[in-house]
Amino acid sequence: MLDARDRQLLAHIQLGLPLCARPYQAIGDAIAMPETEVIERLTRLKQQGLIKRLGVIVKHRPLGYNANAMIVWDIPDALIHALGTQLSRYEFVTLCYQRPRLEAWPYNLYCMIHGKDRATVLAQLAQLDSACQLADFKREILFSRQCFKQRGALYPRASKQRAYG
Amino acid sequence: MLSPLQQRLLNDFQRDFPLSARPYQDIAEQLGVTEQAVLAAFAELNAQHYISRIGPVIRPNQIGASTLVAMAVPADELQAVADLVSAYPEVNHNYEREHHFNLWFVLIAADAAHLQAVLDDIEQHTGYVVLSLPLVQEFFIDLGFPLDLAHA
Repeated sequence: MLDARDRQLLAHIQLGLPLCARPYQAIGDAIAMPETEVIERLTRLKQQGLIKRLGVIVKHRPLGYNANAMIVWDIPDALIHALGTQLSRYEFVTLCYQRPRLEAWPYNLYCMIHGKDRATVLAQLAQLDSACQLADFKREILFSRQCFKQRGALYPRASKQRAYG
Repeated sequence: MLSPLQQRLLNDFQRDFPLSARPYQDIAEQLGVTEQAVLAAFAELNAQHYISRIGPVIRPNQIGASTLVAMAVPADELQAVADLVSAYPEVNHNYEREHHFNLWFVLIAADAAHLQAVLDDIEQHTGYVVLSLPLVQEFFIDLGFPLDLAHA
C-alpha cells in the first residue's frame, strides 16, 4: 500500500530523475525527505510491484518505430484471461489490456504492437492469430497516424483539484 | 546517429536503474566511462527527444483514476479538437489512429469525480461524444522494450 509520503515521492519523481550526481538527494530536497529514505521507499515500491519498472522511458518514434498498431478483439469473457496472458508473452506486444465493451465499441481485449514498419507489424499479428487461435474473433487494427502529445503517465498529487466549467 | 554509449543507455537501463546515491556513477562504472560522459549522453538524448524521462512506470490505478478515451472527429476538425484535448494537463498519449474513431488519448486524474469532470468538459467544449474505456485488467508486465538500434 502507498502511504502519503510514497504518493508525494512518486508525484515528484515521475516528472523525471534530474541529471545530476545525486538525483535522489535532489528529489528528497524538494519534499524534505533524506536521500536514504527516498532510495529505501523506491526500492520497496519496486519490490512490491507498485513501481513496475524504474529507468529510461524511451520515445519510440524518433527511434524509427513508426508503425504502432492497437489491435482490439471481442473475446468471450471466459477466454480473455488465458488469451491476454498468452499474448503478453510475445516480445513485440508492448501492452495488453482488458477494457469494457461499449455499445459503440464492442471490443474487450487490447494489445499494442510497436514495429519499424507496417509489414512487420502485420506479420507479427498473423503470428499471434495462428499461435493463439484468434482468427475467428471479431477484431480491428488501428495504426497510429500522428502523435499530438506524448508524455508518460503523470499521476497528479491527490490533493490537486481543478475546477472546470 | 546514436553513439554506442547512447545506445547502451537507451537499451540497458529501462528496467533496473540503479537505486543508489550516485546512479549515474554506477552506470558509468558498468560501461567503463566517466559519470560526466553518462550525464552528457543522457542530456543529449533528452535534447533530441529520444527519451521521455528517466523515472518510474507506476502500476495503473494505484494512484488516482485513469481511462482510455476514443473520439470520432471529422478529418477537417481533427487538428483543432486534438489541440484542445492536448491542452488539458490530465491528457497524455494523444494520438490519431486510422479509424472512424480517430482520436485516442489517456486521461489521468486525482480521482474518479475529477476524471468524469474532465470527460464532461471535453465533450462540452468539442461538441463530440467521448467513449471512456477504463482498464479492467492488465495482462502485460512492462519490462521495458528491447530496441533494435542497428538502423536507428
